[in-house]
Amino acid sequence: MNTMNKETQSDIEELLPWHAAGTLSRRDTQRVEEALANDPELARRYELVREEFGETILLNETLGAPSGHAMEKLFAKIDAEPARKQVASFNLSTRVAEFFASLSPRTLAWSAAAAAIAIFLQAGLIANIVIKDKAGGFETASAPSTDPGVGAFTLIRFAPQASSDDITKFLEANKLQVAAGPMPGGLYKVRVAVTGLPKDEIARIVKKLQEDKVVGFIATAQ
Amino acid sequence: MQTTSDEVLIARIAGGDRLAMQVLFARHHVRVYRFVLRLVRNEATAEDLISDVFLDVWRQAGKFEGRSAVSTWMLSIARFKALSALRRKPEQELDEETAEQIEDHADNPEVALAKKDKAAVLRKALSKLSAEHREIVDLVYYHEKSVEEVAGIVGIPEATVKTRMFYARKKLSEILKEQGIDRGWP
Repeated sequence: MNTMNKETQSDIEELLPWHAAGTLSRRDTQRVEEALANDPELARRYELVREEFGETILLNETLGAPSGHAMEKLFAKIDAEPARKQVASFNLSTRVAEFFASLSPRTLAWSAAAAAIAIFLQAGLIANIVIKDKAGGFETASAPSTDPGVGAFTLIRFAPQASSDDITKFLEANKLQVAAGPMPGGLYKVRVAVTGLPKDEIARIVKKLQEDKVVGFIATAQ
Repeated sequence: MQTTSDEVLIARIAGGDRLAMQVLFARHHVRVYRFVLRLVRNEATAEDLISDVFLDVWRQAGKFEGRSAVSTWMLSIARFKALSALRRKPEQELDEETAEQIEDHADNPEVALAKKDKAAVLRKALSKLSAEHREIVDLVYYHEKSVEEVAGIVGIPEATVKTRMFYARKKLSEILKEQGIDRGWP
């Protein structure tokens, strides 16, 4: 173990159990593998770790399993619980979570690439619509509507690194509602207000939402 | 075929979906049971505790924020329940099977015979570790938890996780040495 300084040697050695279990980050895995390749004594110690790893699994596997009554007991307790209130955002949360869970990493990667191209094209189109509408400036005063097709909207593509939980929190914190999507390019039509809003007000909302790390792209929508 | 992720199951459970609860239970109850059993060392207590753990999952699903894996979250709940149970019954009787596993270090014919089988001696030594060391060894090797996840479950800093694991392994070597197996480490 004379190829590394003592601090690095001790640091790497502490990581060996996680290396055996395959739970290290890619960077740490690489560090450990390089050290193992260059240090026969460390490699010998790693074999000890692998023995412990195998026998710990075997020991735990011999512990058996709970009886079939365990689930019965659980559901008897659940039955005794008070009726559950439906959470208002449940459907939306579940929908978003299920949508992201249904995509494989490969699909997500392709979606991101396709989105980059589609968004570039759509951004130009949307900007064009916004500029045209600036000439109007006429707004109707109407009562708030529950019709998902009525209100003020934006088009949002969420950042690739945002988890479904991040997105759900973002939507709830800003009182937003997904009206449609995903559309080509990974875009969602998101309602920001239940009534129509002046263009400068929508622009202000868009600017504010854009600062959130969950948002990859945002523009006003019709 | 793609299985439903634990996170989606939790979202469904938050909405009162019993089928999702059954799926989650079927998927994780054995591992949770074994984790609890290694802590409380009593099969009946461990079996009672897992229904409490999953009842908490049912109750708390709506508050699950996805900051950790569902299995990590459940092991945190399980650990809390197990330690609470141990506090309630500090002189809990151990069943025969588990008591055997923690017999004293004295050499006897059984151990002498086991010395011929290094793997068996190693398993015996793993059973003789303290609860604190047993817990961390199980979380890392059997439950395949990362440094960060173990820190979250046990409630200690990541640096402490690494040193505790190191000392658990060192203690394991000492026990093995007492049993006549010198691993040449530490």
